[in-house]
Amino acid sequence: MSSKESILAAIKGLNMEEKPLPEIPDFAVASDLVEAYTHSLNANKGTVVSKVELEQMIADTGFAKIYSSSPSFASYSNCEVPQHPADFADLDLAIIEGQFASAENAAIWLDESNLDLRAIPFITAHLVIVIRKENILGNMHEAYQRIGATKSGFGVFIAGPSKTADIEQSLVVGAHGAMSLRVVIL
Amino acid sequence: MKKDAPHIGLFIPCYIDQFYPNVAIASLELLEKLGCKVTYPLGQTCCGQPMSNAGFESKTTDTTSKFIRDFAKFDYIVAPSGSCVLHVKEHSPKIDKLKKNQEHLQANIYELSEFITDVLKVDSIKGSFPHKIGFHASCHGLRGLRLASDSELNEPVFNKTLQLMKDLEGLEIVELTRKDECCGFGGTFAVSEEAISVQMGKDRIADHVDKGVEIIVGGDMSCIMHMQGIATRDKEKIQLMHFAEILNQVIS
Amino acid sequence: MSHPENATVFLKDKARAKWHDDTLWIVRQKRDVTIHQIPEWEKLRELASQIKDHTLSKLDFYLEELEKNATANGIKVHWAENAEEHNQIIGKILDEKKCKAIVKSKSILTEECHLNPFLEEKGIEVVDTDLGERIIQFLKQPPSHIVMPAIHLKKSDISEIFHEKLHTEKGNVDPVYLTHAARLHLREKFLQAKVAITGVNFAVAETGEFVVCTNEGNADMGVHLADTHIACMGIEKLIPRRKDLGVFLRLLARSATGQSITNYNSHFRSPSPGKELHLILVNNGRTKQLAREKFRNSLKCIRCGACMNTCPIYRRSGGFSYGSTVPGPIGSILSPGIDMKKYSTLPFASTLCGSCSDVCPVKINIHEQLYEWRQEITKAQGSSLKGLSMKLANGIFKSPLAYRISGKMMRASLKTLPDSIIYNPLNAWGKGRNLPDLPSESFKDWYKKNR
Ligand code: SF4
Repeated sequence: MSSKESILAAIKGLNMEEKPLPEIPDFAVASDLVEAYTHSLNANKGTVVSKVELEQMIADTGFAKIYSSSPSFASYSNCEVPQHPADFADLDLAIIEGQFASAENAAIWLDESNLDLRAIPFITAHLVIVIRKENILGNMHEAYQRIGATKSGFGVFIAGPSKTADIEQSLVVGAHGAMSLRVVIL
Repeated sequence: MKKDAPHIGLFIPCYIDQFYPNVAIASLELLEKLGCKVTYPLGQTCCGQPMSNAGFESKTTDTTSKFIRDFAKFDYIVAPSGSCVLHVKEHSPKIDKLKKNQEHLQANIYELSEFITDVLKVDSIKGSFPHKIGFHASCHGLRGLRLASDSELNEPVFNKTLQLMKDLEGLEIVELTRKDECCGFGGTFAVSEEAISVQMGKDRIADHVDKGVEIIVGGDMSCIMHMQGIATRDKEKIQLMHFAEILNQVIS
Repeated sequence: MSHPENATVFLKDKARAKWHDDTLWIVRQKRDVTIHQIPEWEKLRELASQIKDHTLSKLDFYLEELEKNATANGIKVHWAENAEEHNQIIGKILDEKKCKAIVKSKSILTEECHLNPFLEEKGIEVVDTDLGERIIQFLKQPPSHIVMPAIHLKKSDISEIFHEKLHTEKGNVDPVYLTHAARLHLREKFLQAKVAITGVNFAVAETGEFVVCTNEGNADMGVHLADTHIACMGIEKLIPRRKDLGVFLRLLARSATGQSITNYNSHFRSPSPGKELHLILVNNGRTKQLAREKFRNSLKCIRCGACMNTCPIYRRSGGFSYGSTVPGPIGSILSPGIDMKKYSTLPFASTLCGSCSDVCPVKINIHEQLYEWRQEITKAQGSSLKGLSMKLANGIFKSPLAYRISGKMMRASLKTLPDSIIYNPLNAWGKGRNLPDLPSESFKDWYKKNR
């Protein structure tokens, strides 16, 4: 018997009585979603910035390698998507579009239609995600309703910069992935 | 006593009988002052909890049968110990021969403060007790019988025991840093895991001492015995009391 | 060593034990703050519990569903009956790729299967990439907590090992400095690795996808840079529908650390063009636990670690005191199912306070199962010493006369025995505690006189 067969047979042999699968009801959400979103993002160590603030930041920091797939910031892009993601190891800033976000926890949904390369939001030193105000939803249930049955090979909720508290529970931002997350709400 | 007053069987856990007769007396007198007809069945022994928690539930059928026979005749069974009540309700082994009696017992056994609030419908006891106290919520009463809301769940705040004391003049109830952490007694745990048990007790007492508490008030003498033992050993000035002693002392 | 012995050793270093207790208590408090911001919290726990109960009751169906859908998506699905087979499957894939170094993100399952020693034996370098995991890997220690693997270490310990392994400045204990050093070191490993291994937080039967949650982004760094991604999951990690993720992702991080969500929550449905994605479904005793009705629902666990953070015993004895892959309350109900003899003291390492059951996001009745394991263990042990004294006690309690005499004798003897005997260091009660003052009469005697 293969392991698959033996595992399935062991479960079937128990003749368990089926327990009901509950439906997930709607829950109340914050009345001011932008405010709630901003609050949640701050708690996750990300920041909401305006378009002007972002442009100022880029001007001030003088990042060498910037990649933008966001039409709103297309002019900043100065590199092409490489064949191999490792060639983006020196990427200073990535600006990408997010599909929608959940205000309760600041999580932004991106899938392959937003990511020319899956590695981009992780390998970049700094990350900017652009979302539309009308695409800020209340909670994760609404977010999954929006995702529905889409068939992207990869999708991710990003809710903040890379962080860790593995050394004596002190929070440090910038563990392996992006050292900052800025969100522009248009 | 009211004529139609229900008949209560007073269940006094074995260690209270032997070590803390004053708590048993206070429980009895308090119920009587509240108009109840109370009998203490003299033949009673133990509910079987210590054995069951040590893993010998199956060996307690005789003790359990005896308990059922002693108490099934009462309208209500009341004990000044949440832990023993929880055991009788949930963990005593099923005795098929005494099924009906056991069901009656399990449905009508109450911890003292919950009996006063839920059955006697007394909102609070009036009187004066000018002291600064901390409340030790014993775990089995708290998370087993739900005598109060706990800090783990997101639920409306309530506390049946403190509710009875809320109107006492001069009483100050201190908010602890760890509102409802276990004191570390845990029955045989107290000896099988001696080091942790004592450390937990020390920590629990320290939380009260740090807040300037005069008296640690609780509802389970087993926890109080454990903490008192540590407080005495460590020469802490703090006092420990069962809430029945306070209520019986203040009630007119 | 048994749990009480390990705990006694742990408590010897008073300052460190207190620090451990306080640190985890802070995590528990953070959890409390967040959950109170969610009015529907208890409803979510109930939903999560029901979804898991349902899934377990049809586990065979959902596993086949998952395999079918994942395969259609281009994922290669493998089945492993036990740890050994799990390791063999991974070994075979690595051999095919001629791979000599892998990066791995946190996975309790690979820890359970002892994958690291297996691969190292084959001459393959394994790099654990979660910061905490990397630290303990340097120290050749197992994790002491399932979410915070290095929670038992102080920054001075970490500074020391980093100085040795990563040549950081001696004595520099700044967490920012140390984390940055680890970032540079691990980046190199990520850029070189051809195969990345991850665990799985949730697998969705309906879509054939699986979800991995991290804060550091290490799982994503690993898999997106590598050509091959191997994901390992216990067969209990399943949920039926994609929308169920909404419930679980709301509960997981809040319960674990008090964050509203982990910063990276990646959904893997199919491999990138030209790459490979493997999913290994592992049993390793899970169907046995499923067969034990009283303990079945321990398989609902989503490994948030909340029961550890809240446990007054875990906080004061540390993860290693349990001697099992999963420590703490949930470990104490899972481990006896794996080896009842070896883990026989674990279900007794509890006061049955019930805090674990009330923080558990999937409502596992952990403390009730601890109680049930005690019954199983004593039955299996037969008449041990403890058993005999308990039977004796039962005999006393069943006879009122014997009880009264023994009570009287106890009170009498306590009065006459010298303190040196009562408080003998071998007497576990008296080591750190006094006995109550003895009243002149029992309540029973008083009652007979006064009523
Ligand atoms: S048993 Fe519950 S609280 Fe403990 S780790 Fe599992 S899900 Fe979390």
